[in-house]
Amino acid sequence: MSALVPPSASPGTGTQIASRQRIAHDAWNDRLFRGLLLGCALLVLAALLGAAGSTLWGGRLAFHSFGWKFLVSDRWDAVNGQFGALVPIWGTLMTSLLAMLLAVPVSFGIALFLTEVAPAWLRAPVAAAVELLAGIPSIIYGMWGLFVLAPFLAAHVDPWLNDRLGALPGIGRLFRGPPLGIGMLTAGLVLAVMVIPFISSVMREVFKTVPARLKESAYALGSTTWEVVWNIVLPYTRSAVIGGIFLGLGRALGETMAVTFVLGNAHQFSESLLMPSSSIASVIANEFTEAYTDLHRSALIALGFLLFMVTFVVLAFAKLLLLRLARKEGDV
Amino acid sequence: MNAGSVSRYRHRRLANAMALLLGTLATLFGLFWLVWILWVTVSRGLAAISPALFTQLTPPPPGNGGGLANAFIGSLEVNVIALLAGTPVGIGAGMWLAEYAQRNALGTIIRFLNDILLSAPSIVLGLFVYALVVRPLGHFSALAGGLALALIVLPVVVRTTDEMLRLVPSTMREAALSLGVPQWKVILQILLRSARAGVVTGILLALARISGETAPLLFTSLNNQYWNHDPLKPIATVPVVIFQFAMSPFSGWHALAWAGALVVTLLVFVLGLLSRLLLARSKVIHD
Repeated sequence: MSALVPPSASPGTGTQIASRQRIAHDAWNDRLFRGLLLGCALLVLAALLGAAGSTLWGGRLAFHSFGWKFLVSDRWDAVNGQFGALVPIWGTLMTSLLAMLLAVPVSFGIALFLTEVAPAWLRAPVAAAVELLAGIPSIIYGMWGLFVLAPFLAAHVDPWLNDRLGALPGIGRLFRGPPLGIGMLTAGLVLAVMVIPFISSVMREVFKTVPARLKESAYALGSTTWEVVWNIVLPYTRSAVIGGIFLGLGRALGETMAVTFVLGNAHQFSESLLMPSSSIASVIANEFTEAYTDLHRSALIALGFLLFMVTFVVLAFAKLLLLRLARKEGDV
Repeated sequence: MNAGSVSRYRHRRLANAMALLLGTLATLFGLFWLVWILWVTVSRGLAAISPALFTQLTPPPPGNGGGLANAFIGSLEVNVIALLAGTPVGIGAGMWLAEYAQRNALGTIIRFLNDILLSAPSIVLGLFVYALVVRPLGHFSALAGGLALALIVLPVVVRTTDEMLRLVPSTMREAALSLGVPQWKVILQILLRSARAGVVTGILLALARISGETAPLLFTSLNNQYWNHDPLKPIATVPVVIFQFAMSPFSGWHALAWAGALVVTLLVFVLGLLSRLLLARSKVIHD
């Protein structure tokens, strides 16, 4: 821009002065605009740091009072002011793990169907239908889980699990319990349905990025469709597929409403998957507005900080893995 | 071919058929839940829907009669606050990422963190707004609820704006700049205008996401059994009322919760459909 201005320092004609003023004006506006946009972008940073910082600060009372015992004690007693987060932490991890055990193979199957099996005219509508699952608000999942799925499981599935698997040595203790319908197994199932659309859509997208000549070479050597997917497509997209799985895990860990409905908010530790439990998010949702002591509120905010940190690490890991495939594609 | 290779061939064919069959079954498994959940929501919601739903206040505990009128208006108010707060900042940040930070380090970091914010647990964002707004004011408010939802709107709008602006051909930027148009005018009046459909899509998607969002509202906007138009007072919102009613033992409240759930689900689907149509149309124009 400044190259357009005549280099002479002598005062020019009226039009020269006006255009110089105008250029300076534009340059100033440009800088102002750029600064304003930078401010907006920094607000994204501030939102994330603020969420981490404010929960750490709000939870300091609980962290100070209990130290490491906050993480390993299973005593959550609001009346006597004792707070240990083992049960919610365990509940969060177990329900998310159960969800992933179910959601990962199913999502892979859906991605396989949509990229290799289904006729072309069927792919777009089925993919859109699966993505509809992601659009359903989590509170609807919660209501359906509480009023429809839980009674169904209590009547038909829980007794069967208790009788058949509960008698086994070792893993049997995971399946012993009364047929309540609500509990970790139900929460894991609901979470699985909720994260399937996320994982399967990532898998489908990255499967489509595999170069056709790689797949065609394998077909030319006589591979079956399954061998092409297992030996060519999956190794090529491995990091992004794991990234998609961790994206789903991040969602499952932080999911609040659906889990709050079907987990039962119990603070007793139980190794059975059929028993009610609690998760970090469900404890915060259930108790925050009813927490009257500073220590109770601080313990809940401290739980929020733990949840935020864990999901941050999981999501950051997912994002890094997904970026790796994007970079590889950029090189080709 | 000897017997060994024949049996191996058969084995491979069988494995292939099994895998493709399991993939098909997995898809049917996924669609089964979709149909089940939608069927339950529609059938129970339709049974409870009536004109009173949109004209009467939320009923007190025995929960017979009444509607969700105050909750609908409350949701509208909170969502408008969220969009007013989240959209301009989101578009600004998206413009900065696409136009000034395509390849620099700060841009990469912010893009990365924005994607994390996109999937961050919403309940923690609620805790943040609780510390930021509710504690200093001393009470729950519609404003706090709106700001909590704005934190969910923000990353969605940032991401779509960034992506849509980067799709605008760079010849357009070069042509405008070569005419001596200042850059802020290029961005606002030329690039943003040509990416308009995509940016609106992002806003619709954000609205769809916050329409059913419950967790961060529980301790920011709280709830209110009556009308409230003061943004500094607690306010009823549809998702929070659904939560309160569904967790109660009263069947009248349950029915209202299902009716509210049906309305919210329909709204979310319509918004999703609109954004898809808009995006498809804008793609045609770009091609």
